[in-house]
Amino acid sequence: MATVKSISINSLSPKLLDMGLFPGKEIRVVFKAPFGDPIAVDVEGYILSLRKDEASLVEVA
Amino acid sequence: MKVALVGNPNSGKTSIFNHLTGLNQRVGNYPGITVDKKTGVFRYHDNPPITLIDLPGIYSLYPKSRDEEVVLQVLSSKEGEDYPDMVIVVVDASNLERNMLLFTQVYDLGLPTILVLNMVDVARKNGITINHEKIRELFHGTPVFQVIARTGEGMEAVKEEIVKPRAAKVVIPFLEGEFIDCQPATDETEVQKNYVEERYRKIRQYLGFAVKKETIPSSMAEKHRKADKILTHPVFGYLFFVAILFMIFQAIYAWAEWPMDLIDTIFLSLSQLAKESLPDGVFTRLLAEGIIPGLGGVLIFIPQIALLFTFIFILEETGYMSRVVFIMDRLMRPFGLNGKSVVPLISGVACAIPAVMATRTIDNWKERLITIMVTPLMSCSARLPVYTLLIALVIPDEYVGPFNLKGLALMGLYLIGLFASLLAALVFKWIVKSKQKSFLVMELPLYKMPRWNSLVITIWEKIRLFVFEAGKIIMAISIILWVLASYGPGDRMNTAVAKLDKPQTQEGYEAYEKQVASVRLANSYIGIIGKSIEPAIAPLGYNWQIGIALVTSFAAREVFVGSMATIYSVGEDFEENATLMVRMRNEKHPGTGLPVYTLATGISLMLFYAFAMQCMSTLAIVLRETKSWKWPAIQLLYMTTLAYLFAWLAFTLLK
Repeated sequence: MATVKSISINSLSPKLLDMGLFPGKEIRVVFKAPFGDPIAVDVEGYILSLRKDEASLVEVA
Repeated sequence: MKVALVGNPNSGKTSIFNHLTGLNQRVGNYPGITVDKKTGVFRYHDNPPITLIDLPGIYSLYPKSRDEEVVLQVLSSKEGEDYPDMVIVVVDASNLERNMLLFTQVYDLGLPTILVLNMVDVARKNGITINHEKIRELFHGTPVFQVIARTGEGMEAVKEEIVKPRAAKVVIPFLEGEFIDCQPATDETEVQKNYVEERYRKIRQYLGFAVKKETIPSSMAEKHRKADKILTHPVFGYLFFVAILFMIFQAIYAWAEWPMDLIDTIFLSLSQLAKESLPDGVFTRLLAEGIIPGLGGVLIFIPQIALLFTFIFILEETGYMSRVVFIMDRLMRPFGLNGKSVVPLISGVACAIPAVMATRTIDNWKERLITIMVTPLMSCSARLPVYTLLIALVIPDEYVGPFNLKGLALMGLYLIGLFASLLAALVFKWIVKSKQKSFLVMELPLYKMPRWNSLVITIWEKIRLFVFEAGKIIMAISIILWVLASYGPGDRMNTAVAKLDKPQTQEGYEAYEKQVASVRLANSYIGIIGKSIEPAIAPLGYNWQIGIALVTSFAAREVFVGSMATIYSVGEDFEENATLMVRMRNEKHPGTGLPVYTLATGISLMLFYAFAMQCMSTLAIVLRETKSWKWPAIQLLYMTTLAYLFAWLAFTLLK
């Protein structure tokens, strides 16, 4: 379990925010696709799939 | 009066739209873009009918995709023809926080707004209780309803609210300054990001007053995660997917065949009936030989479209589809495709038409376009009769180790289709320019049973799209092809027929009729085109007879077999009656006396059919889906070029 600290600025960051990833959210990696990319992240009850480069924009504390 | 429906994808917005309008729906266009406009009519008791617009599912009003652009444009252009008098925002109650982002943005546009909390049953199961009166209060009297669209629970109150007269009122924005005059105040990512984060903070605070959440035992979630671990497993995940695909194709081949045969038979009899009951003449022939078969040629695709979309519907509704996308994404990305391209590509093995229609789920335009452009290279079922005939004709019945050569050849053709489409995708990735960045931030929904009530509407929509939109073009081309095949310049056809010896016996008459058909075709405009392209196709090993079949195959690939039979005046059923094969095997080049259908020519022809865009119906649907002549034209050009090159190469190397 980790808390989202910030979302880095990038052309993809609005997409992450739209999908409910914003500072303060509790997130957790639940499973991964073969080759480790994309990953599935539990965001307080629903599951988001994120490619590695998308996930790397999410800074957690 | 006009009412617009807005909501996240998966919020059940379309269920609500279907519930309110039933089959009373229409699909139109927004000018200049590829997004479909779905409208319907809502009637409630004696109230005047209301037009409902089902806007595309989006997550926020900031225009990042075409769908979002459309929604923002409709909701912000007060002079626009679609500008609604009221907006219904549908949100998924089990995921309220994220869904409320869009609601608060729409709310700030200042239009009269209703908030519909859908799937409250799922929310309850997750231990979420919502006080909708509190939300109503926090948003200054905005009507709020809790519904279950799937069962219709709570919808009556929504209907009553829609028809209720409303007084205009001043809206106090949820967040000051972000939307000015219905337009986002800034297009700078960083400022937008701060606004959105601010919104979420406030939403959290508001929902703190209105939503109670109990912690529930996580046993249900655990079950879903266990299923996920198996279905996304590096070995079992792919095995399961292959097994599902195998079942789907088995079912399509088993179930699509008899309705297709039925349509075929019905239209053949109709055509026969028209010929027999109407006076002979140009109009009767046009009807019996042009229009009726053309219509049959459109309708014959319906079984495959309906079946394929039924399976896609089940995959999507159960939640399995997003897992397929999840495990295939990494493999598809190097080719400029994304995980969502997998299902259209594989559907192409059955038929490119539903496959191209299935690309709509790909939200990135570039990736969708590439998928559309390369899908027709997958070996579709219409190529199978052509391959079967040619393999039987030129591939020896020998074994390489345990493998039959004929079987290997057929497998090779399917593999060529697969690799060709991936490589073509790679080239298009390079050529097609796009500002939109590829992403796969996507929700993996919980597994659930399909909501069967929307199946009929979904399938009907696909059939209507194909029959009424692509069907027009297909009809037009098939009538043109019929004219070209039935008429020739001047008296040429009749003169040629007159030269044939009249039969003396009853048995001779059948053979004579076949000869007449052959001579007529050879002297028609298509015959002349086939002959005149002979110099161009001679390097591929083809004669003018093949040239004619290539031209007629543009209607559909499998027409090749029938055209060959007509040209050589023999029966078409080459599997039961070998006359066509024997005739083709004995065919000699007039000058040299060498056989025409050698291994080299056969392989060259198979490769030609593997690559060539010999299907006007696919071109018509590509035109419909890209809304531009440019893409089907490029597709026709590049596939024909590939076909020519590979056929030439094969013939040159093997002869």
